[in-house]
Amino acid sequence: MLEPLTPFEIEALLLSLKVAAASLVVTLPLGLALAWLLARTNLPGRWLLEAMVNLPLVLPPVVTGLVLLMVFGARGPVGGWLRETFGMTLAFHWTGAALAAAVMALPLVVRPMRLSLEAVDPRLEQAAATLGAPPLHVFARVTLPLAAPGMIAGMALGFARAFGEFGATVTFVGAIPGETLTLPVAIYTTLQRVDGEPAAMRLAVVAVVVSIAALLAAEWLTRRALRGGSLR
Amino acid sequence: MSLAFHVRARRGDFLLDAGLETTARAVAVVGASGAGKTTLLQGLAGLIPVEAARLVVDGAIVADTASGLTPPPHRRGVGYVFQDGRLFPHLSVGANVGFGRRYARAPLEVAAALALVGLEGFETRWPLSLSGGESRRVAVARALVARPRLLLLDEPFTGLDAGRRAALIPYFARLRDTLETPMIIVSHDDRDLAELAHDVLSMADGRRV
Repeated sequence: MLEPLTPFEIEALLLSLKVAAASLVVTLPLGLALAWLLARTNLPGRWLLEAMVNLPLVLPPVVTGLVLLMVFGARGPVGGWLRETFGMTLAFHWTGAALAAAVMALPLVVRPMRLSLEAVDPRLEQAAATLGAPPLHVFARVTLPLAAPGMIAGMALGFARAFGEFGATVTFVGAIPGETLTLPVAIYTTLQRVDGEPAAMRLAVVAVVVSIAALLAAEWLTRRALRGGSLR
Repeated sequence: MSLAFHVRARRGDFLLDAGLETTARAVAVVGASGAGKTTLLQGLAGLIPVEAARLVVDGAIVADTASGLTPPPHRRGVGYVFQDGRLFPHLSVGANVGFGRRYARAPLEVAAALALVGLEGFETRWPLSLSGGESRRVAVARALVARPRLLLLDEPFTGLDAGRRAALIPYFARLRDTLETPMIIVSHDDRDLAELAHDVLSMADGRRV
């Protein structure tokens, strides 16, 4: 159990980390924009947008994966366009795993961000404006720092969800070692082997360790963001 | 020194329609609560929608709805000291005071602004550690740093006992005279303002009385 990780395990772990990190690159800016739209605007059709964002939370992941395959697959409308225009394929490619992880993680990223943006006192933003700060500066210097705990929580939840994504991933991009065989998928395929259980357990321990590390990192970041200031 | 302002704004059933033209450097706006004093300040600062608003400071037209000039709050150069202070809780006192420096053409130094309100050496303190009077003075210093062409003060003495009020008034007089910043000071109690203001706009039910 305590032997060093095998190359197979390392490959799955690194791939999962890469996929989760890449999905964060998508979900953080997109999640922040969506959270802001939902928290601070009266956009018509807001409820529809919110429902769309939250859909992956309630759909069976395998259905989400299937939808991704239909839309972003080589013959799908977006997938076909991406291939013809940029020569880019998502299906059965690690970038597709990142997309699946991002879609699944997005609702968990948006929710805490939205709640923390809603909690920021707009009167403080007004005060910043009367001091000469244009709207983008108000957002960067007042809104965002005050909403930091929610931003960090969204990041941590999004990372953890992306790191653990299984159903949509395996449906959309399969289980290709070194390409789309992420840690959770590796656990599943390992379990399919006769006597695969001990090996699956080892992978599971790795997954638990990474998830706890993400949680601790988020906790540490939150404390750091709160320290000094009087936010509590 | 000349100052002309007028705001017409509707909030539900309430109609504010009041203003003043004066040569005074400090104007007091007095009246019972609900008279529309704060709404008047918010209209001048561009913080609320108005039906009409006009603000001219020393011949410079800051806002004039009649000619379509309605700049957003951050382009008015109008400082606002809010009744509830509104210090940024995530920033130290020094960072609060210095917040507007980068947007001003000739900003004050943070230490100089704090000295003006008698809070030398408060840079590293945090907003929550301040007393009510200190918070209010920090808010004043913060508004002053950006060198506003007009300073709006909303009930700067609320919640302070008589002693603290008496102690605070000379600071405001000093600001008025050393920085020569025109001020509109709102209060529901005209006693404190007799010493500070040179002209008075008395309001009731949204109108000048």
